[in-house]
Amino acid sequence: MNAMLLPRLSPRAFAVWRRNFLVWKKLAIPSMLGNLADPMIYLFGLGYGLGGMLPEVGGVPYIAFLAAGTVCASTMNAASFEALYSAFSRMHVQRTWEAIMNAPVTLEDVLAGELLWAAAKATLSGAAILVVIAALGFITSPMALWALPVIFLTGLAFAALGLIVTALAPSYDFFMYYFTLFITPMVLVCGVFFPADQLPGVVQAVAAWLPLTHAVSLIRPLLFGEIPGAIGLHLIALLAVAVVAFCIASVLIRRRLLK
Amino acid sequence: MSPLSVDGLRKSYDGREVVAGLGFELRRGECYGLLGPNGAGKTTTLRCCLGLTAPDAGNILLAGEPVPQRAREARRRIGVVPQFDNLDPDFTAAENLIVYGRYFGMADAEIRPLIPGLLDFAGLAGKENANIRSLSGGMKRRLTLARALVNDPELLLLDEPTTGLDPQARHLIWERLKRLLAQGKTILLTTHFMDEAERLCQRLAIIDNGRMVAEGPPRDLIRTHIEPQVVEVYGEDAPGWAQRDAARFSRRVETSGETAFCYVEDAAPLLAHLAEQPALRTLHRPANLEDVFLKLTGRELRD
Repeated sequence: MNAMLLPRLSPRAFAVWRRNFLVWKKLAIPSMLGNLADPMIYLFGLGYGLGGMLPEVGGVPYIAFLAAGTVCASTMNAASFEALYSAFSRMHVQRTWEAIMNAPVTLEDVLAGELLWAAAKATLSGAAILVVIAALGFITSPMALWALPVIFLTGLAFAALGLIVTALAPSYDFFMYYFTLFITPMVLVCGVFFPADQLPGVVQAVAAWLPLTHAVSLIRPLLFGEIPGAIGLHLIALLAVAVVAFCIASVLIRRRLLK
Repeated sequence: MSPLSVDGLRKSYDGREVVAGLGFELRRGECYGLLGPNGAGKTTTLRCCLGLTAPDAGNILLAGEPVPQRAREARRRIGVVPQFDNLDPDFTAAENLIVYGRYFGMADAEIRPLIPGLLDFAGLAGKENANIRSLSGGMKRRLTLARALVNDPELLLLDEPTTGLDPQARHLIWERLKRLLAQGKTILLTTHFMDEAERLCQRLAIIDNGRMVAEGPPRDLIRTHIEPQVVEVYGEDAPGWAQRDAARFSRRVETSGETAFCYVEDAAPLLAHLAEQPALRTLHRPANLEDVFLKLTGRELRD
C-alpha cells in the first residue's frame, strides 16, 4: 500500500497546506480565541473548582495535572475538527479538492497537505494552552519544549484518523458518531481528567491501546520536567497510528473520489 | 502531435458500461465538441482524459503523455473548467488565481503579474479584491475560465461551460473562447447545447450510451445525416394529421406532443397542402444540428 502511495506524493502538498493556511489567516484571531476558550473554561472551572477539594494528583496540584491533560485533549480535538468538518467541506461541499486535482496535484498530495495542515493547527491549539499554563506558573522546566514535537505527532495521528471518518462520511451528521463513540470516551479513559489507574482493569487494558493514552503518557511528564517512561513505545504507537490511518484514508478517499 | 488522442476508451460502473469504446483525436488549434444527452459518458470521458479515473481499457495520450500513468505531468499543460463551480469561496478573485497557480508549482512572483490580464480577459478588470460570494453566476464561470488559464495551457477542457447561465453570460463566454482559439489554443468542450456546439466547434462528436454515433464538422453532419428542410406542424390535430397525411409528403415524420416534425428534401408540396389546413400552424426552416442530434440519439428523456 505504501509502495503505491509514496510515488504519488510531491512537494505540491505544500501548496495545499498553504491554501488552508491562507484561509485560516483571514480568521486567525477569532479562530484562536475560539479554540482556546473551550478548554480554558474546563481547565479553570474544574481545575480550581474541583481541584480545590482535592489533594495533589500525580504529585502536582490538580489544576496542573489537568492542564497537561487539556493540552493533549485540545490537540486531539483541533486535529479531529479540522480533518472532519473542515476537510469534509473542502472535499464534498465546496469541491475544493476536485479543483486542485485538475492541476498537477495528486489526491495523495491533497491528503498529505490536509494532514499536515490539521496537525499544524492542532499544534497551535496545544501550544497556545501550553503558553497560558506556563504563564500561570505551572510549567517550570525547559523540557516542556520537547512536548511541542509530541503535540505535532499527536495532531498527525488524530488528523489521519479523522480523514478515515471523512472518507466514509455521507454528511456532517456522521461525525457525531465519531465524537460520541470515540473521541469523548477517550477523553474520559485516557488520563486527561484523572489518572487512568483509577479505572477498572478492563477499561485500563482497552485505554492502553488508544492513541490519546500515548499522547498523555508522553506530554504530561515532559511538561513537569520528567523523561517519560517507555518513550519509544509511545512514540512508535502514535507514529504507527498516523502512518497506517493515513494509508487507509488515502485508499478510501481514492475509492470515493477517483472511482 | 495531437494535444489529446483517445483510443478504444472503456469504463464501466457497477456493470454498466458508461464509456463503450470511444476514440477521437484533437487537432491543434481546433475546438472539438463532445455532444451528448445527459448520461452519455461525456464527463466520464473527460475524467479519464485527466487521469482522475482509471479506464477499464483504451489508450489516452494527453499533451504527449500517457494517461493515467503520467497524468500529473500531462496536467501541467492543461486548463480545466469543471461543470460545477469550485472556486474557493473564502478567497478574493485574485487570491483564487494565486492559490491555483501554486498548484502548478508557480511562484507568487510569477503569478501576480498575470492577474490583471487574466481578470481583464474574464471581464472582471478591477475585481481583484471582490469576494467570490458577491459574484454572479456568469462572473464565477469567467473567473473559473481565467483560473484555467493561469498556467498558460495549450489545451483547455471545458465541461458544459455555459450550463445554467443566462443568454448574455453565455454569449460572453463564447466570445472569450473564440479569442482563445484565435490565440492558437485547442479546446475540448462537452455540451448539450446545439447552438453552442454549432457556433464554437470546428468538429464534434455526437455520443450516446458511451459510443460515438457521428463525428465531423457541424455542417457536414447536418448535410449527411438529415434531410435539408424541416417543416414543423403545430396544433391540436397535428398528431392526427401526421398519421393521416404526412407520409404523402415526407418520408420521415416525428411527433412530439402536439408538434409534428416533417423532414423533407423539398418543402413546397407539403407547404401547399398545409396552406389549406387552417387548424394547423407551420414553421418552415432549414435543418440544424438539433435535428441531427435528436435523430441520432432519439427523443426520449434521459435523466
